[in-house]
Amino acid sequence: MVEFALPKNSRISGGKTWPKPAGATETREFRVYRWNPDDGKNPSVDTYYVDVHDCGPMVLDGLIWIKNHIDPTLTFRRSCREGVCGSCAMNIDGQNTLACTKSMHDVASGGAVKINPLPHQPVVKDLVPDLTNFYAQYASIEPWLKTTTPTPQKEWRQSHEDREKLDGLYECILCACCSTSCPSYWWNSDRFLGPAALLQATRWVTDSRDEATGERLDNLEDPFRLYRCHTIMNCAKACPKGLNPSEAIAELKFKLVERQV
Amino acid sequence: MALSIVHRATGIALYFGTLLLAWWLIAAASGPTAYANVQAFTGSFIGKLIVFGYTWSLMHHLFSGIRHLVWDLGYGFKANEREALSWGALVAGISLTVLVWIIAYAVGGGR
Repeated sequence: MVEFALPKNSRISGGKTWPKPAGATETREFRVYRWNPDDGKNPSVDTYYVDVHDCGPMVLDGLIWIKNHIDPTLTFRRSCREGVCGSCAMNIDGQNTLACTKSMHDVASGGAVKINPLPHQPVVKDLVPDLTNFYAQYASIEPWLKTTTPTPQKEWRQSHEDREKLDGLYECILCACCSTSCPSYWWNSDRFLGPAALLQATRWVTDSRDEATGERLDNLEDPFRLYRCHTIMNCAKACPKGLNPSEAIAELKFKLVERQV
Repeated sequence: MALSIVHRATGIALYFGTLLLAWWLIAAASGPTAYANVQAFTGSFIGKLIVFGYTWSLMHHLFSGIRHLVWDLGYGFKANEREALSWGALVAGISLTVLVWIIAYAVGGGR
């Protein structure tokens, strides 16, 4: 349901300011959300200073520098460091994006780089959100090829034109930036599938080789699962891969109407 | 997101504005004294402010609604189109509100 204020145990209070690195000529201030499930305290925001001449340009480089040089307890997910795996999705300067593709120099000129976990998800620790529900929703749209005709001797064939229809859909890396930027998802994530899962639903509904289109649409025809999307457009604005979940959802709504006429 | 919130807020405001409109029509049907009461209220500074706000809510909700209609028809999803539609709805709503009031005063509605 709609929540306008954080629950008591999630309110941010205090935080530690770590000393500037000795000998650094130019530093960048990082304000990072911290929460430890084991100490029983409320979350806080710690302030760090990163030596920009000893560090790569991206926000993720800054976080890794902090972890290596200042505070090894700082916890975040990362893997590919090139915008392919989607692990380091977080809220940077008020926008959900990937820490590895966001330059710290693009963050509001000269000010502190403010980093929070993805909004409205349970936090496991520091910048690590619990995405169990998000992944379960992805599983619920059955993201695999479903067919009834016998499997061909070789691969399932697809024309170039039909393959092109999947462009803008298949590139999703499931980083959850879009879903966790969506107010409808914040307030109904138990029943609304959210932009990421719906973009993937469109990907499978659009696939010329898939033979379960009807079933897939049946599964989506629900006031919550699909129709909680009110075209707020935060998803399209957030996507670090430049995809457009709101357009994909409009496509689904179209298909549901089309099959009735 | 901001414009989505404004769309909803103006939608809620329209409910109250419509009550005002109903009050005006009922008063007009009831007789000169009831009508004079409404006129006194809407002619006061606060009354004018509320009616101005109602005009803007109506105009903004109209253009914002057209914006949503365009999206529901499957157009205007690109980043630049999305921004243009949102700014367009905001500017058109304000412009038309001001225009309506200028016309209203020009034809003597302010007296």
